[in-house]
Amino acid sequence: MDVTAAKQIGAGLATIAFVGSGIGIGVVFGNYISGALRNPGAASTQFTNLYIGYALCELQGLFGLLIALILLFT
Amino acid sequence: MALNPMEQFEVRPVSWAQHPLFHIGHYPIYFTNQALWMLVVVVSLSMFLILSVNKGRVVPTRAQSLAELSYEFVGGMIDMTSGPAGFRFFPLIFTIFMFILFCNGFGLLPIAFTVTSQIAITFFLTAVVILTAIVTGFLKHGFGFLKLFVIKAPVVIMIPMVLLEFISFCARPISLSMRLFANMLAGHTMLKVMAGFVISLGAAGGAYTVLAAAPEALIVGLTALEFLVAFLQAYVFAILSCIYLSEALHLHDNH
Repeated sequence: MDVTAAKQIGAGLATIAFVGSGIGIGVVFGNYISGALRNPGAASTQFTNLYIGYALCELQGLFGLLIALILLFT
Repeated sequence: MALNPMEQFEVRPVSWAQHPLFHIGHYPIYFTNQALWMLVVVVSLSMFLILSVNKGRVVPTRAQSLAELSYEFVGGMIDMTSGPAGFRFFPLIFTIFMFILFCNGFGLLPIAFTVTSQIAITFFLTAVVILTAIVTGFLKHGFGFLKLFVIKAPVVIMIPMVLLEFISFCARPISLSMRLFANMLAGHTMLKVMAGFVISLGAAGGAYTVLAAAPEALIVGLTALEFLVAFLQAYVFAILSCIYLSEALHLHDNH
């Protein structure tokens, strides 16, 4: 197979990383909301943890994007 | 080609200053579009913060209350993560937060260049934060700072945990800079791809021109989302910087 073609297929496959990222973000926000509905008083105190969890989940997908970019532009 | 969505991230000299300003060694130093937009961000940010609070009214004007709001926002963030001891880093965190926020915000203007979509910029910001954390840690705790990697546990668990903590510490600069850079890059590429759809459909003529309204509406929604992301990424960057600095100050024990 042509190297360029293989690189582009690989870059496409690397975007599968966002599946995990999406599941993770869903879990983070879903659990936050269910927790917040049970105990609305504590919800605002956990806002920071919510966005830290979101950022960490999103990062795992972004590593996939990084690999796609490396494959495409090097 | 006009429809290349990655073209917007190209760093090039601004059209009215094609000649290099000066040379460092053999490398010519240009006044690029990136430098121009960073200048715009810094000047407008300074103007906003200086002009809005220089009168210092008791009942704040709208601009002054915006400045006070951002001050209290960052102050609350530091207080929550590292307690009163963290306030010596307030200038650093506030500068980084406002700079990233304004860079992201200005980047959403139609003709603007997004400064934070360059990994050189985000990695430099990250390097400042991480180096500050390491220097603070060693100044405050001496070599006791290395206790950051040690977790109280049986030896069998501890050794792999130390290794793991060390790897995660080394990954921080990459993860912090990658997050901001990749978010900006992905968001702006997505907007330009959608804009490409509008142009292609509009140029196709006939019934396709009507269909062009669909991606157009999507762009409006995505732009609103991008404003949220612009704020969120500045917030996440600042809060993670706070946490890294707080760890250097307090090691593992809570304040």
